[in-house]
Amino acid sequence: MNFTVSKQPENCLLGPESDSQRTLYPYVTGTSVVALKYKDGILMAADMGGSYGSTLRYKNVERMKPIGKHSLLGASGEISDFQEILRYLDDLILYDNMWDDGNSLGPKEVHNYLTRVMYNRRNKFNPLWNSLVLGGVKKGEKYLGTVSMIGVNFEDNHVATGFGNHLARPILRQDWHENLSFEDGVKLLEKCMRVLLYRDRSAINKLQIAKITEEGVTISQPYSLKTYWEFSAFANPAQGAVGTW
Amino acid sequence: MFRNQYDTDVTTWSPAGRLFQVEYAMEAVKQGSAAIGLRSKTHIVLGCVNKANSELSSHQKKIFKVDDHIGVAIAGLTADGRVLSRYMRNECINYSFTYESPLPVGRLVVQLADKAQVCTQRSWKRPYGVGLLVAGLDESGAHLYYNCPSGNYFEYQAFAIGSRSQAAKTYLERRFENFADSSRDDLVKDALMAIRETLQGETLKSSICTVAVVGVGEPFHILDLETVQQMIDAFEIVGEQEGPAAEPDAAAAADQGGSTEEGVAPMDI
Repeated sequence: MNFTVSKQPENCLLGPESDSQRTLYPYVTGTSVVALKYKDGILMAADMGGSYGSTLRYKNVERMKPIGKHSLLGASGEISDFQEILRYLDDLILYDNMWDDGNSLGPKEVHNYLTRVMYNRRNKFNPLWNSLVLGGVKKGEKYLGTVSMIGVNFEDNHVATGFGNHLARPILRQDWHENLSFEDGVKLLEKCMRVLLYRDRSAINKLQIAKITEEGVTISQPYSLKTYWEFSAFANPAQGAVGTW
Repeated sequence: MFRNQYDTDVTTWSPAGRLFQVEYAMEAVKQGSAAIGLRSKTHIVLGCVNKANSELSSHQKKIFKVDDHIGVAIAGLTADGRVLSRYMRNECINYSFTYESPLPVGRLVVQLADKAQVCTQRSWKRPYGVGLLVAGLDESGAHLYYNCPSGNYFEYQAFAIGSRSQAAKTYLERRFENFADSSRDDLVKDALMAIRETLQGETLKSSICTVAVVGVGEPFHILDLETVQQMIDAFEIVGEQEGPAAEPDAAAAADQGGSTEEGVAPMDI
């Protein structure tokens, strides 16, 4: 009887030699992205930090990029995987434009394409370690969706990734309503980003807000939020529990 | 067309710059039973003559639904047509799965044309012997295309292919300028009239023809026999009163794009 294990082909992702060929853990990561629908389109916010584990190493990372004429993509998670996704989308939009026939891929199509990519990578045990937010407007229709690294996807009036899901979404559930003006939308996003800045260890105080409307995409210059650290509760944190921090 | 020494295989040019095998394939389209298509801004109607071989058999399927927003009518080798319809359905379904959006008909037509072109440039293949009238919707509205075995495709306001299609084309040429703003029902009536022209005097009844419609808000579907017979009955009476000569909307000019003439023909360029 033959008790030896048969040799698997090297491109197989199971087995002992496979770990060098697939994603196991992320290295340089971005934190939350928050986005909401407003009167004229979508508003999206993300900070410009790229963390290397617990070190806030890179402070000028653009985590939101326009895709084609109608979409805006924001990503959290592994930055190099985000760059790879941008390359895939670059090819996709290029071939779409080359048809030159008056048809173009809208945000719904791009979102679905990304869902297929993320889910298929997950099935091969080689995920792109990102949570993506895809927003856009086409022919007056606003679209906002998200895809995770395991291929979970859905659309909603407001979405967030990572810590944003826990800290920003509750604020949005309470304060979001249809037909927000641009100013109100920005204020609401800043409210969420401020909470994330206070409470998320990997957040940095340098953010961009992006807007996409029928006319196109605008990504703001980086700026910082005003913070307040003089809350009395923070004044003497060890008061009630000696040894705490 | 006569046999000559340059027509044995598709990869041989004639001295006059013709590929005879491709032209012979287009002859096969002309020998098939007629298929017609016409469109307005929002709807496209496809129709075809369906003659069964004998009273015992059913007739051949010549109109195929490719997707909710695309349908095709064929003339020529129906087996080739069936295979190409399967290819089109596959392309549509793959696109829908990846993008959750319908494949724009203009892109499908180009893919079909490229597929046909391959068969005109391989010595081990033969051209598809079927002409396809592709009706579909995309972002820019309703479209009707004709794909021929040469690998060319043209967009039409209205067109007819197959045997005795010239009679239908003449009818369509006279009235096509009004089609853009026609209502859906008027478009179907015009389609039935055009089919009648190809029958050369034989009575038009729903058992020998098939009509299909696709439009904005109306997925592609083949009309059932009762509906078609009702429409035939509705205008047949009017048709007798009108007489053959009095057409209320007379129009001049021909189809857009090239029209294939019967008889000796250089291939569509």
